Amino acid sequence: MKLHQLSLFIENKPRQLRSPIRILAEAGVNILTLCLADTQQFGILRMIVQDWQKAKAALEKGGCVVNVTEVIALEVPDHPGGLDDILAVIEEFSLNIEYTYSFTFRRGNRAVLVFRFEDMDAAVEAFQAKGINPVSSVEIYEQANV
Amino acid sequence: MVSVMAQFKVENRIWDPAETMPRAELRRLQLERLKDCVRRVADVPFYREAFASTGVSADSIRSLDDLRRLPFTTKDDLRRYYPLGFLAVEREKLVRIHGSSGTTGKPTFVAYTAQDMDIWSNLCARFLVAGGLRPEHFVQIAFGYGLFTGGFGLHQGVEKVGAAIVPASAGNTPRQLMLICDLNVQVLICTPSYALNIAEAARDQGMTPEQIPLKFGHFGAEPWTEDMRTRIEQELGIVAFNNYGLSEVIGPGVSGECTLQQGMHIQEDHFIVECVDPDTLEPVATGEAGELVFTTITKEALPLIRYRTRDIARLDDTPCRCGRTTVRMSRVIGRTDDMLIIRGVNVFPSQIEEALLRVEGTSPHYQIELSRPGALDQVTVRVEVRPEDFSDRMREMQALRDRIDREIHAITGLRMNVELVKPQSLERFQGKAKRVIDRRQMKVE
Repeated sequence: MKLHQLSLFIENKPRQLRSPIRILAEAGVNILTLCLADTQQFGILRMIVQDWQKAKAALEKGGCVVNVTEVIALEVPDHPGGLDDILAVIEEFSLNIEYTYSFTFRRGNRAVLVFRFEDMDAAVEAFQAKGINPVSSVEIYEQANV
Repeated sequence: MVSVMAQFKVENRIWDPAETMPRAELRRLQLERLKDCVRRVADVPFYREAFASTGVSADSIRSLDDLRRLPFTTKDDLRRYYPLGFLAVEREKLVRIHGSSGTTGKPTFVAYTAQDMDIWSNLCARFLVAGGLRPEHFVQIAFGYGLFTGGFGLHQGVEKVGAAIVPASAGNTPRQLMLICDLNVQVLICTPSYALNIAEAARDQGMTPEQIPLKFGHFGAEPWTEDMRTRIEQELGIVAFNNYGLSEVIGPGVSGECTLQQGMHIQEDHFIVECVDPDTLEPVATGEAGELVFTTITKEALPLIRYRTRDIARLDDTPCRCGRTTVRMSRVIGRTDDMLIIRGVNVFPSQIEEALLRVEGTSPHYQIELSRPGALDQVTVRVEVRPEDFSDRMREMQALRDRIDREIHAITGLRMNVELVKPQSLERFQGKAKRVIDRRQMKVE
C-alpha cells in the first residue's frame, strides 16, 4: 500500500547531486522518480527507486545519509479537475500534505502522484473509505519496466 | 531524570582550616608572602632584569595593589631560560622535576623542593576532600604517571588524605574497568574525556551505571563543559568534580570544586589570582571573562610572578555556602591562543562546541570559517548532521538548524551562518583539532 521512498541529505553547493546519482548508476538501480527540495543551506533529495534496499546499501556505503520514508502513490485522472477531486478528499479528512511530486509515467489516462502526509495511516484509511486505492509498489515497478 | 546527587550525597568537609580564613587575614598573609616571594626571586636572572628596568623591589610592595607594578611572566620567558633558568634555590635543594607536554618541541620543566612537595600534596588533599574523598575510599588514578604533574600530583594528594590508591595510570580501558569493578573502587581520577571512554567501555560490556561501583570522580587537566559533566555523571552514575591546575603554577591543586559544584575555589593563601584582558593586560571587571594570572607566593624552587596562564575564565568573589572564603573561578572557557575576535567580540571555539552540545542531533564535528566579504566579519559554522538525526521533513531539519543558530547566539551574542553538512565531510584530526579557518585579511603586526 505504501511505497518506500529514499531521502538523502544534500549540501547546497555544486556537484552534490551527482554523487548519489552516480552511485545508483553504478549499482544498476533505476530511479522511477525524484524531487529535490532545497533551502539556502541544504537540500533533501527524495527518490522512488526500483530496489530501495539495494539502493540504500549502496548509497550508505558511498557515504550518503539516507532516510527511508513511507509515501503513497495515487492515481490522478489526467484532465482538468482531476487533482481537485483528490484534494477534496484530503480536505474532508483534514489531512495535512507534507509534500507531493509526480511520476514521469502514466497509467492509462492517469497520472501518478507521490504524496507524503503528516499522518500516513489516517491518509490510507481516508482514501480507502472513499474507494481510492493507492497504487501498490508492484504496480509501480511493473509500470516502470514497460 | 533522576538526580545523581540524590543517589550519593557528598558531605561538605574542610581539610585545611586555611581554606576558611577570614578575608582580611588572608589578604594580610598574601601581602606578607608576596613580599617574601619578591625577595626570593630577586636573583633569578629574568626577574633581576625585569625589576631593574621597572625599578621595583621587595621594598616597593606596600599593599597587594602594588602587585600590578610587577612584571608579567609568560610561557615564552620560561622557554627562553630552558631548562631551569628560573630556579630560585640551589639545585641541591630540589627533590622533583616535572614538565609540561611540549607541543612545540621541548617540555617546560618545573621543579619542587621538599617544602613545595608538601604544600602541593596538601593542596591536592584540599580539593579531593572538598569533593568527597575520605580515608576509607579506594581511588583509581588513571592519569599518566610521568613528567606530567597530573599522575603524581593527585597520587600524593590521595596519599595525604590516607585513602587507598590504585595507580592504574593511563590507558587500557577494559583493564581500568576491571580494576574498578573487582576492587570496588569508589573514586575515579582522570581527564573528563577519559572518564567518558571508561563509560563507553562499560556500556560496550553491557553494564548499567548502577553496576559500576564508582561514587564520584575528580576530573581535570583539560577544559570540559557542563554538558560533559552531566553525561559523565549519568553514564557512570557518579558525582563529577572539576579541578584546575597547571604545572608552571604547581600542577593540580591550584583550584577545585566543593560539593556545591559552583566554581573552583582558588587556594589563595598560596596563589594570588588576577583576571586580565589578554590584549590590554588591565584587570577585567569582576565576573567578566579574562586571562587568569597567578603569582605563586609560597613556592620555593620556582616561584613565578604574575604568570600568564593563557586560560580564560571568570572569577566570582561572592561568599560560597560551603564556608570556604576563597575566590572561585569558572571552568576554563578558552585559551587566549584560540581566542577569535569577531566583530570586536571575543569568541572561543569552545563556546561553539558548548552550543552544539546543547542541541541534540548534532555531532561534535564542526568547523568555523571566518571571512570578511565587506566591512563586517562573517562567520560560518559547519556542523555535521548525524545519520540517525537526518529527517526527511524539511521542517525538522530547519528547526535543527535554527536551534543551533539560537544556541550559538545565546552563548556568543553573535549571529553566525549555520550550515549543515554531510557526516564525515569535515576533516578529522589525530591530535589537536583545527576547527578554525580564518580567511580574513591577515592583520599587520
